[in-house]
Amino acid sequence: MSPQDRPVLIKGASLLGEQTADVLVLDGRIAEVGSPDAPADADVLDADGLVLLPGLVDLHTHLREPGREDAETVRTGSQAAAVGGFTAVLAMANTNPVTDTAEAAERVLDLGRQAGLVDVQPVGAVTKALAGEELAELGLMARSRAGVRVFSDDGRCVSNARVMRRALEYVKAFGGVVSQHAQDPDLAGPSACCHEGEWSGKLGLPGWPGVAEEVIVARDVMLARHTGSRVHVAHASTAGTVEVLRWAKAQGIEVTAEVTPHHLLLTTDLLAGYDPTFKVNPPLRPDEDVRALREALADGTIDAVATDHAPHARHDKEHAFVDAAFGMLGLETALGVVATVMVETGAMTWADVARVMSSRPAEIAGLGGHGRPLAVGEPANLTLVDPAAATTVDRDASVSLSRNNPWHGRSLSAAVHATLLRGVPTVREGRLA
Amino acid sequence: MPAPDPATAPDDPVTDARTVLDGSDINRALTRIAHEILERNKGAEGLLVLGIPSRGVDLARRIASRISQTEGVDVPVGSLDITLYRDDLRRQPARGPQHTEVPADGVDGKVVVLVDDVLFSGRTVRAALDALADLGRPDAVRLAVLVDRGHRELPIRADHVGKNLPSARTERVMVRLTETDGHDEVRIAGSWEGDAR
Amino acid sequence: MKKHLLSAADLTVDDVATLFTTAAEMHDVQHREVKKLPALRGRTVINLFFEDSTRTRSSFEIAGKWLSADTINIAGKGSSASKGESLRDTVMTIASMGVDAVVMRHGASGAALQVSQWIDAAVINAGDGTHEHPTQALLDAYTLTRRLGTLEGRHVVLVGDLTHSRVFRSNVLLLATLGARVTVVAPPTLMPAGVETWSKDVGFATSYDLDEVLPTADAVMMLRVQRERMSGGYFPTSREYTVGYGLTRDRLAVLGPDVPICHPGPMNRGLEIAADAADAAQSLVLDQVSAGVAVRMSVLYHLLAGEGGHA
Repeated sequence: MSPQDRPVLIKGASLLGEQTADVLVLDGRIAEVGSPDAPADADVLDADGLVLLPGLVDLHTHLREPGREDAETVRTGSQAAAVGGFTAVLAMANTNPVTDTAEAAERVLDLGRQAGLVDVQPVGAVTKALAGEELAELGLMARSRAGVRVFSDDGRCVSNARVMRRALEYVKAFGGVVSQHAQDPDLAGPSACCHEGEWSGKLGLPGWPGVAEEVIVARDVMLARHTGSRVHVAHASTAGTVEVLRWAKAQGIEVTAEVTPHHLLLTTDLLAGYDPTFKVNPPLRPDEDVRALREALADGTIDAVATDHAPHARHDKEHAFVDAAFGMLGLETALGVVATVMVETGAMTWADVARVMSSRPAEIAGLGGHGRPLAVGEPANLTLVDPAAATTVDRDASVSLSRNNPWHGRSLSAAVHATLLRGVPTVREGRLA
Repeated sequence: MPAPDPATAPDDPVTDARTVLDGSDINRALTRIAHEILERNKGAEGLLVLGIPSRGVDLARRIASRISQTEGVDVPVGSLDITLYRDDLRRQPARGPQHTEVPADGVDGKVVVLVDDVLFSGRTVRAALDALADLGRPDAVRLAVLVDRGHRELPIRADHVGKNLPSARTERVMVRLTETDGHDEVRIAGSWEGDAR
Repeated sequence: MKKHLLSAADLTVDDVATLFTTAAEMHDVQHREVKKLPALRGRTVINLFFEDSTRTRSSFEIAGKWLSADTINIAGKGSSASKGESLRDTVMTIASMGVDAVVMRHGASGAALQVSQWIDAAVINAGDGTHEHPTQALLDAYTLTRRLGTLEGRHVVLVGDLTHSRVFRSNVLLLATLGARVTVVAPPTLMPAGVETWSKDVGFATSYDLDEVLPTADAVMMLRVQRERMSGGYFPTSREYTVGYGLTRDRLAVLGPDVPICHPGPMNRGLEIAADAADAAQSLVLDQVSAGVAVRMSVLYHLLAGEGGHA
């Protein structure tokens, strides 16, 4: 019997951290919830004390393939995602070559299917070669086997307002969304490598101010209103962005936003030792921004948590701070960070976690098979979390190819116990199945 | 090994120390040395007295002033720090050099009398000769010490000695001078581990 | 004293006193016929300069040579990021040759600190990006101390492009350690980010108005302003900068003849400092250069001469 056909019985899990039930999975779907009888050949997962969530969905992952397979591949990135409790990830377009054609998108989709651990959904570039000038073949990517719906020049901002307006208008035809890396290049110079503020001034590092993000977010929500299209704010990082989002949502403008785990916890003062592990874009911000972002995530102003998992080879990080690559790992630790800063503190419930890490991101990305309720007939994309576990992060224990892990040595609460992709365990006991 | 700097040596914690020279002994010794220097040099002409910090400098001043009194001329006096020339710099934490002060017309053509308090291994004098060579070329260099306690490790001897003091290598010789210590005295004490001089 | 000299904040009051006493002795050596001391015989010092600086490099080179260290200059490649070799690879290669100290200049802030974490040799920061330049601050303070006796309670005014100045960042730290009252003056566009907060931690005041500050100055330190900053919109024209923040003849008259004037060089005569001020009797510009060698000799000596002063 292939693993696809084997029934799975999840015994005694607390659904979304609420009522406890047994869940029977047959043929990749939830067949029964309650006290089903286990078929004799069932794979029984003892979930006593564990929380069952819909499989996590990451709106923002860099898998580096094609181009930088020394830092991460679709396979190793999928492994990291599965270990982190994810069943679907959106793979950003800034690979080499860039995902700016239907063929490139299908290639990423196929690499994901070959790895078979999570659904790898390609994000298409907004502009050709991420150059910010001419639209990429958005429609062909949408019509491809990959069915691309999310478009982003991530890593670069679509700073030209005319290009952004046209992109927003154009994707309406197929229900697409533009995920914007909000960073005004005139306010955030090419050498900017951190948040502009007390620490950049003291350390003599060229920084970029929060307002460089906020002016783009403000502009984009007005463009979304004007075009009647959807805009998504990638990795919101400032309190000012939160204010703009709150206002825009109150106006009924179709704007959604994500925040990364690191912007929910890590702050600018970590730069004091010039450790490039903490170099990320948007940069780590001061405590007041972190507090505003947590609050916005809890009250729904920010829709989702997305990792911005950005693996880098050691030799791309072992440079002077301004010369080192931007980005940090995030897939394996995302749930633990959210549990630590939001659940432990009482700011959110596990049902809220399911909303911000699964159902909302799936809706934003248009992934019908993910982020579904824990109900009969739904695809069995599931994550079992041990809420009582406490782990100390060890960067060398990562299944990612890279080691730029800002969480190394920190203890995080909760841990992913098992992940199921369409009823097949990809992770058991916290390890790849 | 050259002696540790007596200025930084801790106060004598030893009870079995005995005095070998008292104030008047030291006075007489320095007067004799001043006379010997004059005899040897046939007058004060061309003399330059350089003390090795710290107590050597005080002794140099006293000797120079005795010569001046005797001859009625001012004898130039200065200090010659040897810290940067020591052969054991790396054996201890780095410490700052002390002041070197040489009259404006330098050492060239002078008869330099080096003055130190105790002559022991000879390594300090070796360092002083190197330091002096970097300052110029004296016509002659002579060495005057208050106490010669033996145990030379280099082929060096003093021209003028206040007192020859046979000692065990492990014994300590302590020189106290009014300028730095409030009174004049030379004492010798039993073994004081790691700090024998 | 710590093993490395990365920041002026690494130095205590006692460290500075020790360094200055030694520097004074080294200063005397500069006037001797034989400018050579054997103190660092057998030690190897690498001047690793990723950014060209004839002035600082020669100062360190002379300092090392006068102390008898083997001093070797290596010009680092600009940014090795584009060449496949990481900064770590570059410095590990050099450190593997068996060196006792690396004197490092790099265009990136924090580079010296990072390197000190990778290699065993002592690292002396000879300027890292817009972060720090501790030996410059030491020689500035040494020069001023010789002129003013002490810096305790003295009002030192720094004027210029503070945002991009490592000299400013090291100087405020060291001057605070030495008890000076410091005011830094610049147009708002050249004030470093967040200075209103961290100036309180370090202990210095800020001002946009040079003329308000000058009458109480006991010393003035003019910092270089690069003309290229105009294209970045930091100030409109050099004429306007000079009127607002230059040490002009008129301001020189306000200072009076006894207030010393420093400039780390190279000077933009006519921009931040008038020729009359640069060449005035109270100008310490050349004293700073001469003190630079003595102070760097002192730093090399104290970091390398004693036990443990090697890799």
